[in-house]
Amino acid sequence: MNKARSNPLNKVAMHGALILYTLIALFPVFVILINSFKNRKAIFREPLAVPNADTFSMIGYETVMKQGDFFLYFQNSMIVTVVSLTLILLFGAMAAFALSEYRFRGNLIMGLYLALGIMIPIRIGTVAILEMMVATGLVNTLTALILVYTAQGLPLAVFILSEFMRQVSDDLKNAGRIDGLSEYTIFFRLVLPLVRPAMATVAVFNMIPIWNDLWFPLILAPAEETKTLTLGSQVFIGQFVTDWNAVLSALSMAILPVLILYVIFSRQLIRGITSGAVK
Amino acid sequence: MTALTLTNVNKSFGQVHVLKDINLEVQDGEFVVFVGPSGCGKSTLLRVIAGLEDVSSGDVYIGGEHVNLTPPSKRGIAMVFQSYALYPHLNVRKNMTLALKQERQSKEIIDQRVAEAARMLNLEEYLERYPSELSGGQRQRVAIGRAIVRHPKLFLFDEPLSNLDAALRMNTRLEIAKLHQQLAASMIYVTHDQSEAMTLADKIVVLRDGYVEQIGSPMELYNNPVNKFVAGFLGSPAMNFLPAGILNEGDDRTLGVRPEDLFLSEGGNLPAMVQHVEQLGGDTNVIATVKDHQVTARLFGQHAIESGQTFNLAISEGKSYFFDKSGARLSA
Repeated sequence: MNKARSNPLNKVAMHGALILYTLIALFPVFVILINSFKNRKAIFREPLAVPNADTFSMIGYETVMKQGDFFLYFQNSMIVTVVSLTLILLFGAMAAFALSEYRFRGNLIMGLYLALGIMIPIRIGTVAILEMMVATGLVNTLTALILVYTAQGLPLAVFILSEFMRQVSDDLKNAGRIDGLSEYTIFFRLVLPLVRPAMATVAVFNMIPIWNDLWFPLILAPAEETKTLTLGSQVFIGQFVTDWNAVLSALSMAILPVLILYVIFSRQLIRGITSGAVK
Repeated sequence: MTALTLTNVNKSFGQVHVLKDINLEVQDGEFVVFVGPSGCGKSTLLRVIAGLEDVSSGDVYIGGEHVNLTPPSKRGIAMVFQSYALYPHLNVRKNMTLALKQERQSKEIIDQRVAEAARMLNLEEYLERYPSELSGGQRQRVAIGRAIVRHPKLFLFDEPLSNLDAALRMNTRLEIAKLHQQLAASMIYVTHDQSEAMTLADKIVVLRDGYVEQIGSPMELYNNPVNKFVAGFLGSPAMNFLPAGILNEGDDRTLGVRPEDLFLSEGGNLPAMVQHVEQLGGDTNVIATVKDHQVTARLFGQHAIESGQTFNLAISEGKSYFFDKSGARLSA
């Protein structure tokens, strides 16, 4: 066994470092959470104190509930994120399967072309995208956001998934072909379950930027009925006055769904169902 | 009737010509083994027969039907893979029934065939288990069961034993031989292991670099190889090759002698110096040098021989093979 790993001192140091990192990473979330339950004065007087009987206040949450249509923003964010992720995973996986499984002319060029998007930030094309959306009448619709986010997520998804799909045993796919499964069945029933950890990685990578994005909602869908959560929270931040209670409460609530989605996906990451398939 | 006919089959991947003018007939009920070193095209040939690869030119007939354009599932074949290729998310029963369900067979037929295959392969207790809960040997039996339930015209085995350990390999080899007798089905079996080929086959096809070197029964190939490659590939330990010049001055042919055709003899014409001795109990393999050429002699029984010893070896009467420079066999 590895000496460095069995040494108790090293073990303590290793766990110490990890715990320290966890604390640092969780600290901002913790501060946001405790302050969202305090009144305004307490936030500024002692930002790091936990709320007590004197300082406890739900004023932030009340403001958020009253102001604007918060549940609608929530719903918009949710729809945009979930639909975009679904499309990214579906089309990304399909393209990756085609690239890794079939020999055809221009396979390599096609793969490079699809991966090119990783290097070019989609925001460079914002003006053109806006013009396109105006021309197609998609401005101020969630469809506009979903289309943009799908385009933004696909290159990385294709790149990562095609690497993983190359590792799926050819014998398994061929066994399916001999058993009379269609290519679609092979893709959905045999290959997708085996690359589930990779799918979860792609999902997590894409989910957070989409959920947190301010840029495209602000430009493409600023209307009241299509506002996303991030955009909706901005109403509490003014040039001169900022309603910190409301901002912190809105942020606390915005964290929750991503956290749940993250837990769902990360469970897939550690699930090893490939064992026993081959070898 | 013929189970499989290949006529002038060629296969290229881009510039690489992998199979070159393969002609072959497999009779009903025959057990045919493709054997050859790695990279000789034997697996590609199997995949062409299965329909997983298209031929570049030539024709494939299975059971008399022209199947060049028929998809694998419609060819009436079943295949067992080296890596087992079981569906990880299905239990043993579902692994075996998937193809039958795709063919829309009735439930009675499916149940009956699974029961039959499970009985043959001793898998009855494992039907509800998942592949990850089975040992290597059990997984391979499931893979074979998945082929059996389809009642195919032709079984294809792609190195099915190479992932198993030595003891299990022996057992499974026997089981496959037994299955072949029970089912009386045509089987094609790919391996790089000449002992598997010798023990299982009715007919061996020796391949090298995409060419068929020789086709025949194991003993035909063993006793009557057409060239040096076939002679050296079949048999373990392998045939010894020596320049014939060490026996007759000026002879430029190559002399081939099987290890078991060498024996110790006072008046033998091959003076040998022992390098190493392998005592196997039943046999003794003596590795010696004869005029700087390494020679293996297989002596029956146990012999007290030590390395460093010198003695003379002789060749059994009529057991010498001669090959010309290109490796082709010359009649003695």
